[in-house]
Amino acid sequence: MSTLAVHDHGVAHHEEGHEHHHDTFLTKYVFSQDHKMIAKQFLITGITMAVIAMLLSILFRIQLAYPDKSFPLLETLLGRFAPEGRLDPEFYLSLVTIHGTIMVFFVLTAGLSGTFSNLLIPLQVGARDMASPFLNMLSYWFFFTACVIMLSSFFVQKGPAGGGWTIYPPLSALPTAMKGSGLGMTLWLISMVCFVASSLMGGINYVSTVLNMRTKGMDLWKMPLTIWAFFLTAILGVLSFPVLVAGVVLLIFDRSFGTSFYLSDIVVNGQVMPFEGGSPILFQHLFWFLGHPEVYIVIMPAMGISSEIMSVNSRKPIFGYHAMVYSLIGITVLSFIVWGHHMFITGMNPFLGGVFMITTLIIAVPSAVKTFNWLATLWRGNIRFTPAMLFAIGMVSFFISGGITGIFLGNAALDINLHDTYFVVAHFHLVMGSAAIFGMLAGVYHWFPKMFGRMMDEKLGYLHFWLTFIGAYLVFFPMHFMGLDGVPRRYYAFTEFASMQRWLSVNMFITWAAIMSACAQVAFLYNFISSIFFGKKATQNPWQANTLEWTTPVEHLHGNWPGEIPSVYRWPYDYSKPGAEEDYILQTTPLSQTMSSNLPHDFEDNPAGLEALNKWTSTQKANEEVK
Amino acid sequence: MMAQIQQQEDKVNLGAKKFVMWIFIFTSFMLFAAFTSGFIVYVGGSGKGLGIALPESFRFSTIVLVISSITLFFASKAAKQLDFDKQQRLLWVTIGLGIAFLVLQLYGWYTLAYKMKIYLVDPNATRSFVYVITLAHLLHVIGGLIWLASSLSGSIKRIPQVKNLYRMEMTAIFWHFLDIIWIYLYVFLLLNQ
Repeated sequence: MSTLAVHDHGVAHHEEGHEHHHDTFLTKYVFSQDHKMIAKQFLITGITMAVIAMLLSILFRIQLAYPDKSFPLLETLLGRFAPEGRLDPEFYLSLVTIHGTIMVFFVLTAGLSGTFSNLLIPLQVGARDMASPFLNMLSYWFFFTACVIMLSSFFVQKGPAGGGWTIYPPLSALPTAMKGSGLGMTLWLISMVCFVASSLMGGINYVSTVLNMRTKGMDLWKMPLTIWAFFLTAILGVLSFPVLVAGVVLLIFDRSFGTSFYLSDIVVNGQVMPFEGGSPILFQHLFWFLGHPEVYIVIMPAMGISSEIMSVNSRKPIFGYHAMVYSLIGITVLSFIVWGHHMFITGMNPFLGGVFMITTLIIAVPSAVKTFNWLATLWRGNIRFTPAMLFAIGMVSFFISGGITGIFLGNAALDINLHDTYFVVAHFHLVMGSAAIFGMLAGVYHWFPKMFGRMMDEKLGYLHFWLTFIGAYLVFFPMHFMGLDGVPRRYYAFTEFASMQRWLSVNMFITWAAIMSACAQVAFLYNFISSIFFGKKATQNPWQANTLEWTTPVEHLHGNWPGEIPSVYRWPYDYSKPGAEEDYILQTTPLSQTMSSNLPHDFEDNPAGLEALNKWTSTQKANEEVK
Repeated sequence: MMAQIQQQEDKVNLGAKKFVMWIFIFTSFMLFAAFTSGFIVYVGGSGKGLGIALPESFRFSTIVLVISSITLFFASKAAKQLDFDKQQRLLWVTIGLGIAFLVLQLYGWYTLAYKMKIYLVDPNATRSFVYVITLAHLLHVIGGLIWLASSLSGSIKRIPQVKNLYRMEMTAIFWHFLDIIWIYLYVFLLLNQ
């Protein structure tokens, strides 16, 4: 590949600029090094994985709603995984595990960051491409390999990994422990190693591009909040994924070489195993040191995307730009010192638990700052309810309703009761599941014209939004009450327990709500695919936004801008500025061209500019008097 | 004019790529930090210590690695002074020392396993940690050797000086990091003897 890359570069040098770029099918669509194409690859792979993970969730929802019923169709579809039309209990565990893994890592980490960081970082900071396009391409192909390996585990005899997406030992460390601990688990680990490699390559590239390749005038405080969010997300990934690797390496040694990092006093099928002296808690520490930052890796890009979209579609500057950035930084820093709140019931020293509790609850502060700023951005704006805007608002809604239960769960005293119940399931599906996927969908609707040069259908977008929004609440809200009643998560048939039988009707309700929301995604998929080919042609700046990506031509070119990269003169949120001719001023418009709307505040470090402004205002005043 | 802009952009881009290496070093550092903190958590939880004297060859390998850092430093200096023969000679020496480091580490494992009867599989996982940590570092060293080889081949092929220096710098950043992280790991293990 590297020879190809060198050759490519040579071509670009010989011709004027980058526009006449001779690509073969292979270098343009498959092994592309262009960040826009890689973004599309990530998006389409991410959406495919999301659909698969959603179908898995429908399968186990059917089991939860109808634990005693036989569905011959299931046996036809799944074969030995659903004997006599009922899901095999161990396969149920595999479904839960793979649903979680795919959604958290493959959709909301790679699908979200991979798509939008790749698309927007070079376009919004004003760069021709990423710092290392080759590494970027490699990042996608590692991700693709990880996807293939993860899905291939459905085709092995014993089925995919079944120990939950957190793969706690001993289940994950003993190949003989259960069906899902066998080859499926091995494949899970291999897939994850590829995935982490992909994430690191991507993240390293994002950080380097943001710090080194901004265009002239684009200082850090002129970057859109999307870029801030992607940048900090990438930093989180770069610092936390290696820790997961360390944990997984030790796990592999335990699985395959017989070491005892995590294992001690194990008896399998009446046979005493030779493991001695290990500690499963050690794995939890290593896992959650990644795992907690991971949930912010998932939500922060969604936050950045929503901030941008809400500002554009409220035709108002984002409220509290600096506060938004500092709260993102605050979340980034805090996310590294809260992992213990996943481990309150591991016999942790109560004092240590108290420390983790305090750090956890402090995260409510930056989160609330963000929430109030979003609401204040909407306040008295000229709101345009585009589908993207609706999804961004939906993201805020889920973030609030899911975030509030986070405060409950962050309390050690409450968590000891609520741990591993459906309350937790409800909490994280709202705050990081639904909120992040809504952020991602908002981004898809908003930047679709930039990616494919065409518009998505608005009516289908509205249908998609309302069904998904209502559906997600109907699915996850009742789970809070189940959790408060003590219903444990990951159980195959908890309604077999007399005390929980009454939840069967609720389970049926949730399943039908889930099926409805799943059907709503058909509207999205149809809209997405048909709009790529037949959508209305997009104009250069369909949303009348300020950021740099809308100054590029609709037709994609290698290098993004046909001539010189534009310089940046102002922050990205000059919407509805009093005195301006239009309700938006592009970042590339110099202050000298907008004298009527300039404010003294615009010239903080620029005394010459301030003087010019004062002179201009006094002449204006003089003219007024003459009149 | 156009060519000048192009050149400038390439230069900027090389800077960004160098930065990529720095960030990669952070990720590597986090990996080793995770191993050593895992070690500490394990010791704290089980109350076990390493309880062995580390093989002597680790001490020699440390010295070898430090010397290789010094030779690499002079190789970079020679490259900057356009003295390519000296650069290549010193790179050969550095590669030799790197391989010597590899051999000494392997000999250290041999001593551990065959002389001291301390195996990877041990109910005291701190001893397994010695193997895992040194293995992880060894894999990094192999990566470093590949970088050294690419610098050397670049210099032999007389690639443009900008690229030559760029490769040298990337190699140097990574190799010095390997040196420093090994000293950290070795001291960490020594303190936990």
